[in-house]
Amino acid sequence: MTLRRFLPMVLALVFLFGTLAPAAAQDVRPPGATAEAQQTEAGPPPGSAGQIIASPPDTMNYPYISGLWSDIVDGETGYVSIPDERAGRLIQTQGMEWLSWRNDELRRWSSYGVAAMLIALGGFFAVKGRIKVDSGLSGRLIQRFKPHEVIGHWVTAGSFLLLALTGIWLLYGRPLLLPVMGQDAYALSAEISKYMHNFGGFVFMAGLLYIFVMWVRHNIWDRYDWNWIRQAGGFLSKHSHPPADKFNFGQKTVFWMVVILGGLLSLSGLNLLMPFWFVDSIEAMQYAQIIHAALGMLMFAAILAHIYIGSVGMQAAFRAMSTGWVDLNWAREHHSVWVDKYLAGNNPERKGPKTPPPDEGHVEPKAAE
Amino acid sequence: MGKMVFHCDGDRCIECNACVTACKNENEVPWGINRRRVVTLNDGVPGEKSISVACMHCSDAPCVNVCPTNVIYHTEDGVVLHNKDGCIGCGYCFYACPFGAPQYPQEGNFGSRGKMDKCTFCAGGPEEANSAEEFNKYGRNRLAEGKLPLCAEMCSTKALIAGDADEIADIFRQRVVERGFDSGGYGFQQKFGQQSGGGPRAGQKL
Repeated sequence: MTLRRFLPMVLALVFLFGTLAPAAAQDVRPPGATAEAQQTEAGPPPGSAGQIIASPPDTMNYPYISGLWSDIVDGETGYVSIPDERAGRLIQTQGMEWLSWRNDELRRWSSYGVAAMLIALGGFFAVKGRIKVDSGLSGRLIQRFKPHEVIGHWVTAGSFLLLALTGIWLLYGRPLLLPVMGQDAYALSAEISKYMHNFGGFVFMAGLLYIFVMWVRHNIWDRYDWNWIRQAGGFLSKHSHPPADKFNFGQKTVFWMVVILGGLLSLSGLNLLMPFWFVDSIEAMQYAQIIHAALGMLMFAAILAHIYIGSVGMQAAFRAMSTGWVDLNWAREHHSVWVDKYLAGNNPERKGPKTPPPDEGHVEPKAAE
Repeated sequence: MGKMVFHCDGDRCIECNACVTACKNENEVPWGINRRRVVTLNDGVPGEKSISVACMHCSDAPCVNVCPTNVIYHTEDGVVLHNKDGCIGCGYCFYACPFGAPQYPQEGNFGSRGKMDKCTFCAGGPEEANSAEEFNKYGRNRLAEGKLPLCAEMCSTKALIAGDADEIADIFRQRVVERGFDSGGYGFQQKFGQQSGGGPRAGQKL
């Protein structure tokens, strides 16, 4: 290879000095300047040795590596002598795509989703108002959730809200918060958010596992669900209260949404928390990030509806998760089958204390609207 | 205003890894981090090429674009630097970077990341040039001393060259013309104006 180029070069040199030698002999100028002057007058033969031209010659050869280029941009991995074998990857191009997904699509569609849910809830509230207990509050409380169920709910719910807040803080911080808070203050808040997100994730996973084990048997499809769906849960008409067991179909939907989305969030989140422990390629990490953020925002939007109906959306509903004791008439309207079982004494929930906490019994009737 | 670039000549690099070592030593890079690495393609077979890779100091850098706390920035010389004080170790610049330049020391539990570290073009960070604080965080600021990055300065075959983009382009163009072929990298024709008739003969062995 080298020899083939070297030979013509030597020949060219021999030829050059061979032709110049007679001229130099008769020249009065010093020998050093001779060759230069001679060359300038005659003009060098194109492509002769030592000469530099502005652009590559037509005879340009492209060596083997040009065939590799497409492989390199496709993620060809070479050999590296350092321990991190992934460093052998020269180029990954998906990052640019990931960037536009993370910075543009995710921010845009997540905000649309949350905004759509808030508008829907606001519209529902404007049309229907607060859903009241039709038969009025009885003043008699029954225990819907035992303390461990209430705690399990709030561990999951509280950690989820923390995770949602810190996640949103990081996703929207740069365009929305950074200009307001300034670089240093936002960077500090973002770092705190990151740590709360990282460690809060484990609390959420623990809570998720707990409520799954605790409630899964109440959330299996039963014979009341189809009727509940056909009546749209009684949301669309007045005085319509389809029967339901401990959880109606709407609550079952929330349960399975939380279990499935929460589970996927946990898996993708663990993958992000421990980079390259479970996956080998950077593409998998990028997918995990997009999936994690998108599912997180989806779950946040869905949970807004759950928060709404459990607080301002329905009278007397919040008590179920604050003390665990609910008004009998409220329970009859929304969970008639469960109430019948409860009162018949064949409900496992019955095993707790027989009476509500003393300071709770008289609160709700006074607050009756 | 210049635009600082690295160029690694795949036809000159002999995979001696001196650039990697020089960088680690000059900047006292923490364990587990390689600001520069040498990748060998077709290792041990005909057509083997080695190329030294670090941060490319992109003009339109994806890391600058994605950073949630916006701490990655361009200097006047077109060098991409970052402010470690604001880095939260989210890892997003690593996901976005096509060349795998940003890296993180493992800090804390599991695989959680410390503050990002990457090639600074031997230009330090936002702190006062050549202060102890700057050195501890980012390594040497050779640019402030009027020197080029050490990896390029000490490359034995001058495969790795660094400096102003126009000068680097001139040097490489001259090399290519003299040896009659180029590395075949993407963009060569656009940059150096390959004339008609030719076009890259992909896969051709010399």
